Amino acid sequence: MDLTFTPDEQAFRDEVREFLATQLPADIARKVKSGLALHADDYTRWQKILHKRGWAAPNWPKQFGGTGWGPVELHIYDEEAAGAGAPRTIPFGLKMVAPVIMAFGNPAQQQRFLPRILSGEDWWCQGYSEPGAGSDLASLKTRAERHGDHYIVNGQKTWNTLGQYANWIFCLVRTDPNAPKQQQGISFLLIDMKTPGITVRPIITMDGAHEVNEVWLENVKVPVENRIGEENKGWTYAKFLLGHERTNIAGVGASKRELGRLKAIARQEMKNGRPLSEDPIFAARIAQVEIDLMALEITNLRALSAESEKRAPGPEASILKIKGTEIQQALSELMMYAVGPYALPFERASLEEGDLRSVAGPEYAAPLAATYCNFRKVTIYGGSNEIQRNIISQMILGL
Amino acid sequence: MDFNFTEEQQLLADTVQRFVREQYSFEERRAILTSSEGWSRDIWRELAGLGLTALNIPEEHGGLNAGPVETMLVMNALGQGLLLEPFLSAAVIAPALLTRLPGAVATQLLPATAAGERIVVLAHQEPNTRGELNIVTVRAERSGDSYVLEGQKCVVAHGGAADELLITARTSGKLGDTDGISVFRVEPGTDGVTVKSYGTIDGQRAADIKLAKVKVPASSLLGAEGKAYPAVEAAHQIGISAICAEAVGIMKAVNAATLDYTKSRKQFGQPIGKFQVLQHRMADMFIQTEQATSMSYLAAIKCLDPDPLERRRALSAAKVVVGQAGRFVGQQAVQLHGGMGMTDELSVSHYFKRLTSIDLTFGDTDFHTQQFVAASAG
Repeated sequence: MDLTFTPDEQAFRDEVREFLATQLPADIARKVKSGLALHADDYTRWQKILHKRGWAAPNWPKQFGGTGWGPVELHIYDEEAAGAGAPRTIPFGLKMVAPVIMAFGNPAQQQRFLPRILSGEDWWCQGYSEPGAGSDLASLKTRAERHGDHYIVNGQKTWNTLGQYANWIFCLVRTDPNAPKQQQGISFLLIDMKTPGITVRPIITMDGAHEVNEVWLENVKVPVENRIGEENKGWTYAKFLLGHERTNIAGVGASKRELGRLKAIARQEMKNGRPLSEDPIFAARIAQVEIDLMALEITNLRALSAESEKRAPGPEASILKIKGTEIQQALSELMMYAVGPYALPFERASLEEGDLRSVAGPEYAAPLAATYCNFRKVTIYGGSNEIQRNIISQMILGL
Repeated sequence: MDFNFTEEQQLLADTVQRFVREQYSFEERRAILTSSEGWSRDIWRELAGLGLTALNIPEEHGGLNAGPVETMLVMNALGQGLLLEPFLSAAVIAPALLTRLPGAVATQLLPATAAGERIVVLAHQEPNTRGELNIVTVRAERSGDSYVLEGQKCVVAHGGAADELLITARTSGKLGDTDGISVFRVEPGTDGVTVKSYGTIDGQRAADIKLAKVKVPASSLLGAEGKAYPAVEAAHQIGISAICAEAVGIMKAVNAATLDYTKSRKQFGQPIGKFQVLQHRMADMFIQTEQATSMSYLAAIKCLDPDPLERRRALSAAKVVVGQAGRFVGQQAVQLHGGMGMTDELSVSHYFKRLTSIDLTFGDTDFHTQQFVAASAG
């Protein structure tokens, strides 16, 4: 048992800090730290900077151009990058499809797709959920019929995040509707978003944002060479992907940054002529989240340590997903309550443009209610927290 | 002990429910929401036609002289419709204040309010007051036959819709004194008044109001100088009782929507409502809504109690229970709808946002817990 960092690890932290201090664009960091909307270009710009430094893929092995970092380095990097206001990584390429391509793709697919994910040239999106297949993903209906050297795909995907910027989509499709079990007739296809027959339609969320889409596929022609692994074995790859989706799901670094923002707001807000941070009730509420986050940080480090011996996170990752998202929601809620009525004024355009001068109240208040609303998604997406509890009770507790 | 409503009260509730059902559908509301004003004068005239703007106004001023129970029933129904019009501000709170500060201004404004011709809005809240009603930094200085007002009001519900503003200002005493607070009638067009109107997260409208050397005639003072605090507090308590009823109406609507959804949405070969974890969640949503309903009744009964401490205790307790229930019910309704709950398209997210906003209005749950402690200590 030792929770201290070695001199090498300390030196690594200094290196990361130095890199962030000199390379992270100030305009991007400001948006992240103030909770403002990021543009697609902000993500790509940062990805290219990381690529130049060789840090584009912290979770990839070295042979594919990743950093090859161990759990402690990953933890340090996450904490420093999030704390400095670096954007989150868009996970669909780097954290989802890439591990699948590495594990189950053929060399041609690996050479074709992985370098373009690393460099940020390709923006991937996800074609998993369907209107009738959410928690019960295996009931998906999007159909792919084989015609010689290609498939013809028809169906509808939903909750497709940021697909309006994507040039590639990975899709789960049904290739054998007569398989004895639902899970057995599914294949995993990589589809060029420019293929005729693909329509992306926005879904506007309650905070007014355009973050998710419906994707309609009508007679979309996909070359067979874009299939990952074997036909009808897609469910195996899909589950592998979902395991990797939960990599760094705890979001400790980002929550530490948000905790800092909450404290800063509580120091500026006044109650009875004193800073709100000195109000015993509010101070106790902040302390409770901070304490939860301390526990999560160590649980996360334990999981990372155990993971470094295996390849993908095990069912324990569900603990991190549940606690991590509950903490994110608690932080977003407390920030809104810290500000009180001035959290209510809402101007979507100002949040998009990153210019808060026209919004009533202090500038830090402007995005808080929208963020609180937006963050209701975190206990729903990536396997709802109810599903995560099923995983724990079935896979860990054996119930 | 009697929890039944009179025939007349039931008729009123039915009338407003029918109005919401037939004339204030989610689609009709959306059209109003996206209009430039963000509320509808046509709907306002309809409400006046139903007598709702006259509900809380004494008969001698052209009103129906109803009470908080009638207001509760109306707010239940308007809550289900997520009304965007300034009913709470102009037809509940302003009349409550005006009737408690009798005089020439009240005599003029009450009949116009009852008829739905003038929209009168109380502007009291200021930055950093966090629900404390005795914190007033706007100042009014007497200068001959006039008063000069200076300062700022913030997040005034429907401030931009007001034909007349009732502005609280300190005429004497120091910050935090209840004595020395006065109310002035100010027309928004008066020199030095800036009304910055904006939309809020729940689709309602609010405004920040800046007063820069605003000169009003001495006759604009309502009631006696410096003695308005009890009226301001009573108007807010009546407002709290009404907003609790609005929240209860929303909770009932959102529970019904969630129940429907979990019965029709199928995953793993069965309606998701068959899963015990969701059944228990909905049972808790139902329990919390019932508790909130009870406290909404208590608030309606107690908001006119002559004992100020008893009134404060009951209203703060109601706001706490309703705030906690609204938070739980709203959050879980979104959660149980899954991704659909996140969308602007479904009503559930709109209900959720209004419940969130209600907890931040008139002091949040933490504030009222502290108020309850203070009122209980005497």
